[in-house]
Amino acid sequence: MIAAHLPVLLVVVPLAAAPLIVLLRHAGIAWALAVAAAWFALGAGLALAAEVARAGVGALVAPYALRSVAAEVPPERRYLYYAVHCLCLAGLLGMTATGDAFNLFVFMEIASLAMYILIALGRHRRALLAAYQYLVLGTIGATFYVIGVGLLYLATGTLNLADMAARLPAIEGTRPVLAALAFITVGLSLKAAIFPLHLWLPNAYAYAPSAATSFIAATATKVSVYVLMRYYFGVFGAHLVVASLPVPQILLGLSIAAILTASLVALWQADLRRLLAYSSVAQIGYITLGIGLATRDGLTAAVVHLFNHGITKGALFLLVGGIALRAGGAGFERLRGLARSMPLTCFGVTLAGLSLIGVPGTAGFISKWYLVLGALEAGHGWLAAYVVLTSLIAVAYVWRFVEAAYLSAPAAGAARVAEAPLPMLATAWLLVGACVWFGFDTSFTVEGARRAAQLLLGGAP
Amino acid sequence: MAQLAGHYTYWVTVLLMAAGLYILIARGNLVKKLIGLSVFQTSVYLLYIAPGKLIGGTAPIVDAAFQVYSNPLPHVLILTAIVVGIATLALGLALVVRIREAYGSIEEDEIIAADARDGDRE
Repeated sequence: MIAAHLPVLLVVVPLAAAPLIVLLRHAGIAWALAVAAAWFALGAGLALAAEVARAGVGALVAPYALRSVAAEVPPERRYLYYAVHCLCLAGLLGMTATGDAFNLFVFMEIASLAMYILIALGRHRRALLAAYQYLVLGTIGATFYVIGVGLLYLATGTLNLADMAARLPAIEGTRPVLAALAFITVGLSLKAAIFPLHLWLPNAYAYAPSAATSFIAATATKVSVYVLMRYYFGVFGAHLVVASLPVPQILLGLSIAAILTASLVALWQADLRRLLAYSSVAQIGYITLGIGLATRDGLTAAVVHLFNHGITKGALFLLVGGIALRAGGAGFERLRGLARSMPLTCFGVTLAGLSLIGVPGTAGFISKWYLVLGALEAGHGWLAAYVVLTSLIAVAYVWRFVEAAYLSAPAAGAARVAEAPLPMLATAWLLVGACVWFGFDTSFTVEGARRAAQLLLGGAP
Repeated sequence: MAQLAGHYTYWVTVLLMAAGLYILIARGNLVKKLIGLSVFQTSVYLLYIAPGKLIGGTAPIVDAAFQVYSNPLPHVLILTAIVVGIATLALGLALVVRIREAYGSIEEDEIIAADARDGDRE
């Protein structure tokens, strides 16, 4: 009985926790409730592989948030932060759990509205502008998605994704269906920050409170990519999207451009958080590259990278949050010689950075490996070489951190800073540990992704 | 020509959609941008509602006196979409109020100039 309704329960608990937190108006209790709701979601989510990543990061970030939020959000508003965190988690879980096109829109907007608020809570006044720009672009994206769904509804008469998939082959290739595909692609690409629709992302990630950045960076764009994959392969069908339209070619072209330009832009950033934000755009490029290949290994790589990049970026932003808390910011001039005063944090950033590059023995390697396999399977040998070569740019930007933190002398007269608080460090290191663990033990990630890829391509699992 | 006239609701929808997006892109004033966004969202309400209406149709209550009913589902969906739209607009306006407090302006170019001038002021 309970097992059958688990996906719904998963959404309802954080959703119910949010108003409760607002009623109680106490930061401590609010934090405890947010943690309880998020951990419940994780516990329940373990039964459903699709939601583990989202719920897991939500659950990990919630305890971390205690210290970080205490430093960055005014005391009288702290309980509201946790309420919004719960709402955002509920929205994201809802997006993955629902099977209804319009419910998906509603959950998307719940998550997005919560995210705009989380970003606007940043200390810097630029956070407000970043939240405003995200609000405008995010709403355009959501509205495009609704237009697409509306056209599909007019054409098929149903909003249930499974029913839609059954009725679409009969009217395949008609103009409303093609228009719907275009609107949904653009709308979700805006939400997922797929190049060149990523303009809202760097500022939003750089100026949001650290806890919010880790949460959003690890989950939000990934959920949108997941929804896009579901539409491409679960609703429209591979035979329409891949075989008769140039969607894969467009995706490949955009991904190739995204990886190169975003990696190069990341290289020149003066702030570690902005660097990581641009690197996120590049990493989303790798995910869409996997989708664009549209082979079994390519899709496996995309799904694995959704998960692996989620934990890697989550770990990185958590650690950088610690640096921002202690050193007062994450500009490279503040990072000089930091390894002496914050050795654990800096070592964590380096390890997670290795996973970002895709060094063997880390989670990032597994995704890149399957991406290369997928490219070879699709007969694009040059693409495999491209993936490996662009990873070298990642080496360069991770090296910038290593050089600043380990090899530079601290700036003259700089105060010695303490190591990050233990709760923050512990949660961040859990994720860093996961980056290494999933680099060796791939049974969970790769098997899950392979099954997902099989299902998406319409084969028997 | 008759076909054009028969589909006039679609023309209105597309006109609103394009007008909303145009305001959003062409205007630098943050409040005007939100107005454009709102017009753009409103066009979608029309896209859903108009095909649900049958001329001469009534509310879907089973009664022997009526044979033609309008489809109620789009109305319900759009009720939800309107709520989402209001929430978005309210949040957007709240952000504009905070931006005005922080920057003293709601013109996009002035705000960007202020950011460039002050660098990373907290």
